[in-house]
Amino acid sequence: MGDLLAQAWIVARKDLVLEFRTRTALLSAVVFTALVLTVFNFGRDPTAVATIDLAPSILWVTFTFAAMLALNRAFQLELENGALEGLLASPLSRVSLYWGKGVANLAFVAVVEAVGLPLFVLFFDVPVGSVLLPLIGVIALATVGFVAVGTLFSAMVIRTRFAELMLPVLLLPFLIPPLVGAVQVTARLLASRPLSESVGYLKLLAAYDIVFVSLASVLFRFTVDE
Amino acid sequence: MSLAQRGRRITLVGLVLLAGVYVRALAYTPMERFQGPAQKIFYLHVPAAWSAMLAMGLVGLSSVLYLLLRDARFDRFAAASAEVGTTFSLVMLTTGPIWAKPIWGTWWTWDARLTLTLFLFFLFLGYLLLRSAVAEPGLRARYSAVLGICGLVLLPFIHLSVYLFRTLHPQPIVLKPSSPSLPGDMLITLLLSFAVFTVLYVGFVTQRYALSLEREAQGSGDVGRA
Repeated sequence: MGDLLAQAWIVARKDLVLEFRTRTALLSAVVFTALVLTVFNFGRDPTAVATIDLAPSILWVTFTFAAMLALNRAFQLELENGALEGLLASPLSRVSLYWGKGVANLAFVAVVEAVGLPLFVLFFDVPVGSVLLPLIGVIALATVGFVAVGTLFSAMVIRTRFAELMLPVLLLPFLIPPLVGAVQVTARLLASRPLSESVGYLKLLAAYDIVFVSLASVLFRFTVDE
Repeated sequence: MSLAQRGRRITLVGLVLLAGVYVRALAYTPMERFQGPAQKIFYLHVPAAWSAMLAMGLVGLSSVLYLLLRDARFDRFAAASAEVGTTFSLVMLTTGPIWAKPIWGTWWTWDARLTLTLFLFFLFLGYLLLRSAVAEPGLRARYSAVLGICGLVLLPFIHLSVYLFRTLHPQPIVLKPSSPSLPGDMLITLLLSFAVFTVLYVGFVTQRYALSLEREAQGSGDVGRA
């Protein structure tokens, strides 16, 4: 287990260092997120619909798109110079490769969300101060679900035609359960409802994470090995 | 008798039986007291849903078997089952609104089972798109098996996540803890149509499977391609 985590960390660190040195992908994703948020502002009639009613959907549709964008590039960079073959030839176990990629994706999406959330608060004047911690908890739960399936699928789609289009088509249905849960919990949090009203959805989010992280850990090797 | 011929015969038997079930449904099954003739579509809508679910279940099962045994027959079968399932879900998604409009007063609603079947359809589409986007047969078989398994695991989550909303659909009437709540005559007609749709499923899949075999024999070596 310790070995597995150490190996996963090597993979994740490699990706994060790469990401941090170039920064282009990360910056693009952050700018994209800011743009989607502004698009939402113009996609509604502010005199007819109160912001607070739309806020959970705005936040989560933005995060879903941002996550998709981030996941699209997860294995793309391994295609250049046969980097994936190198990774596969190394003594890394497949599970640790998946986890490493997953952790790097999680960090990438987390950075984008960390910029997106304050922008969302700023643009739409949503009072999150009192529920910030539980809100971050929900974002973490849902993002783990997004990344668990997304990492698995992004390893597959790189070797298909129309990879950039294929990932959203395959992935979006899988993002629905975490999205439903996250939107419902966020709406209740923003309306200052007690957390006990969200227990059902929180259980759903947690169950989704556990099931899909385990399933993807098992299935990942079939996407990379002959 | 070749496989294709056998498939055609089974389908023919299924179609004759379908006509028979419809004679029974229209002429010899009592009229539903509140819905009148509109309810007759029930005997098409529900068994189509059954066949679509059966198709997805078998796609998932043969995907697991493929990854374990690496036998091309399972891949060919999964491809055939997915295509037939797509057709049945299309039947279900067209008959549903036709029934819903006079009874619920709306063509569409985001009720739990409607959403579930819509996503079943999206999963089938994604599965077929993925198959068509991978050129190499071995890779295609592995990728689609991974997607098939994930899809099967996803469905309960989608059901659960939308079930937490209120649902408009009739509650289960056949498979439930207490005895079926459908009057005897209607229940028999429904069960007969389940049987007929299963025969049709077998007929269609057999033909589709035979088609794959023919294509492979023609030298393209493309497992599961039609």
